[in-house]
Amino acid sequence: MKFTKLATVALTTIAVSVPVAADLVFPSLSYRTGPYAAGGTPVADGYADYFTLLNERDGGIQGIKTSVPECETGYNTAKGVECYESTKGLGALVYQPLSTGITYQLIPKAAADDIPLLTTGYGRTSAANGSVFSHAFNFPANYWAGASRIINRIKHENGGDIADRNIALLYHNSGYGKEPIPTLKALAEKEGYNLTLIPVDHPGQEQKSQWLQIRRERPDNIIIYGWGVMNQVALKEAANIRYPMDQMIGIWWSGTENDVLEGMASDGYKAATYHAVGNDFPVFDDINEYVVKRGLTAGDGSNVGTPLYNRGLYAAALAAEAARTAQKMHKTANINSGMMRDGLENLVITEEVMTRLGMAGFGPSFSVSCENHGGPGSVGIQQWDASAREWKMIDGFEAPDMDVILPLINADAEAYAAENNIAPRDC
Amino acid sequence: MSADFLYLVEVILNGLMAGVMYSLVALGFVLIFKASGIFNYAQGVMALFAALTLVGIQTGQVPFAHLINAIFGTNVHHFGWQVPTVLAIALTVGVMVLFAILVERYVLHHLVNQEPIILFMATIGLAYFMEGFGDIMWGSDIKTLDVGLPSGGSRWLEDYTLGWAAEGERYYGMYLDKLDMVASLVAIVLVVSLTIFSQYTKTGRALRAVADDHQAALSVGISLRTIWVIVWAIAGFVALVAGIMWGAKSGVQFSLSLIALKALPVLMLGGFTSIPGAIIGGLIIGVGEKVFEYSIGPLIGGATENWFAYVLALMFLVFRPQGLFGEKIIERV
Repeated sequence: MKFTKLATVALTTIAVSVPVAADLVFPSLSYRTGPYAAGGTPVADGYADYFTLLNERDGGIQGIKTSVPECETGYNTAKGVECYESTKGLGALVYQPLSTGITYQLIPKAAADDIPLLTTGYGRTSAANGSVFSHAFNFPANYWAGASRIINRIKHENGGDIADRNIALLYHNSGYGKEPIPTLKALAEKEGYNLTLIPVDHPGQEQKSQWLQIRRERPDNIIIYGWGVMNQVALKEAANIRYPMDQMIGIWWSGTENDVLEGMASDGYKAATYHAVGNDFPVFDDINEYVVKRGLTAGDGSNVGTPLYNRGLYAAALAAEAARTAQKMHKTANINSGMMRDGLENLVITEEVMTRLGMAGFGPSFSVSCENHGGPGSVGIQQWDASAREWKMIDGFEAPDMDVILPLINADAEAYAAENNIAPRDC
Repeated sequence: MSADFLYLVEVILNGLMAGVMYSLVALGFVLIFKASGIFNYAQGVMALFAALTLVGIQTGQVPFAHLINAIFGTNVHHFGWQVPTVLAIALTVGVMVLFAILVERYVLHHLVNQEPIILFMATIGLAYFMEGFGDIMWGSDIKTLDVGLPSGGSRWLEDYTLGWAAEGERYYGMYLDKLDMVASLVAIVLVVSLTIFSQYTKTGRALRAVADDHQAALSVGISLRTIWVIVWAIAGFVALVAGIMWGAKSGVQFSLSLIALKALPVLMLGGFTSIPGAIIGGLIIGVGEKVFEYSIGPLIGGATENWFAYVLALMFLVFRPQGLFGEKIIERV
């Protein structure tokens, strides 16, 4: 009797936790707990809600329902790898690890397992080189594109000349935070500005030394590559020393509602972004009708339209379109991860596609190819309007300085290929 | 005076202030270790939980709102009222006292006379439980803590010291954060009060007796249960103070629990059993790491503070294994 009960409970548990075999499986390696939970939760919500929308509104993708098994990483690389290992057997089509550290660990594993990785706006920048990184994709923008776009913005604000200007990079002292350094150094040589590097150790709760240095040296501009509490403390310290907010530009992970301060203290602060802000797009009407009103949101629905929610939603939309592309290419709705990889590599996002998705103008138009897994790297600039309490796009999506970035990408990819005995594909 | 010298003074003063902030966290560890011999791994999470509770009460947030909404299909988040700061702090202290009673009843009570490592592991479990419980109770979003503390640099001090540098040198006046100054005053009051309590009151002496030997303390009529509740309640209060000071800097978010990492070198240096040691240790660590970062940091790529604090503590440990103010361990055979 006892055994029967236990068996029933076990079978029921398995039945509800494992997706139906024919589902299109998009695992979500999320972090809703731990020190970075406030940033991870809205992204995971946006990601899950978009697939819920597809299921509720369209019956899935080409008639096949999607499922999003979620695994909590706590933004911890070891846990992220565990999540990958424990969910790949579910028939995972693509992984979006939501962490640069986890991405670095998964790149070789995913290639060996023939499962693609999509790292929108994070991860290893040189993964844009598709001939070396066959299973990693980082469109539509990466950290180097972001750095270049930020420098171009500063240039634009200074009449096109930033020679001898003092620019400081305040960065999270991790693989992620260090990513833009080669690009900024190369651009410093080209443009003639002076670059000061100011690292902040994890988690960034205490930054007194860094801001005393900034107060002493008075850089003309500060670029921020931060995450989590580092961003809030940086803006608070900047306000404390009365550093002009409009001279500070963050990368997209330093440009959310979480990062800006109460009141007018952060007014004018800018950040790069590879997607639109706000909820003035038709897709949000559908999210509201098919997901929020039906009580199917992954969260409580309060963060719909915030930058991080939009980022998760956009990542899901790109993955879904890649799945649709794979289905067309292979003439089957039931695709596997290898086919999904092909879909990602042949993805074409035009304005027509974005309009069909109810997201016209939400992100840049781009196409992916065998050799280019990173797209054009188009990035826009948003600015915090404290009186309206919202981010506003002040500069549209523009391509970065590819003359500088592309050689860096290729050099890093070649070094990776040599270290790991990878024969680059002939694209 | 040369601007370089003034900048060094500024770094030292800010190091002292930062050290006080570390000490506020270290104090909670010392209290519990001193009174019960337990290294409380959950001290950082206690600071987080106390701060979350304070903001939640102050802003009229409905506790367990996500859970309630998920179960009953409701959409409740706030009661719609604001609780005055003083009352909110008092209520939060009440919650921390309740927490202390529950910890004693459901965790420590069952572990009397166990090895310290067992008690330590129990606090690890407690830390994870509290972190999850705090998330379910108050949510994981970032909360703004406003209890009326000042922030920003002191304009008066900046203006007053502006002319101290030699003419022609780039100097912008001395920078000290008003929040750090308030934290220093609070820390001084806390340390004096706790030292008096520990040394000169009957309960304080009972706390120390329990720390020396659980069974011996019981045999002379000291109620272990009461003592543990008292000490965990006081540590909860200290955690609340630390949570307020750190939360005012960064907002109340789950990374707040990591402030415990800043307290460890302070404890190693100051000793686990000395309340003044926590303060002196904090000051040495604060000044040491800031001066090192200022003078050597730029030469070796910066971000030296986290590791240098531990190196500094280890250097002291070579000469004073029990820390600067820790009690010397004498084992009689």
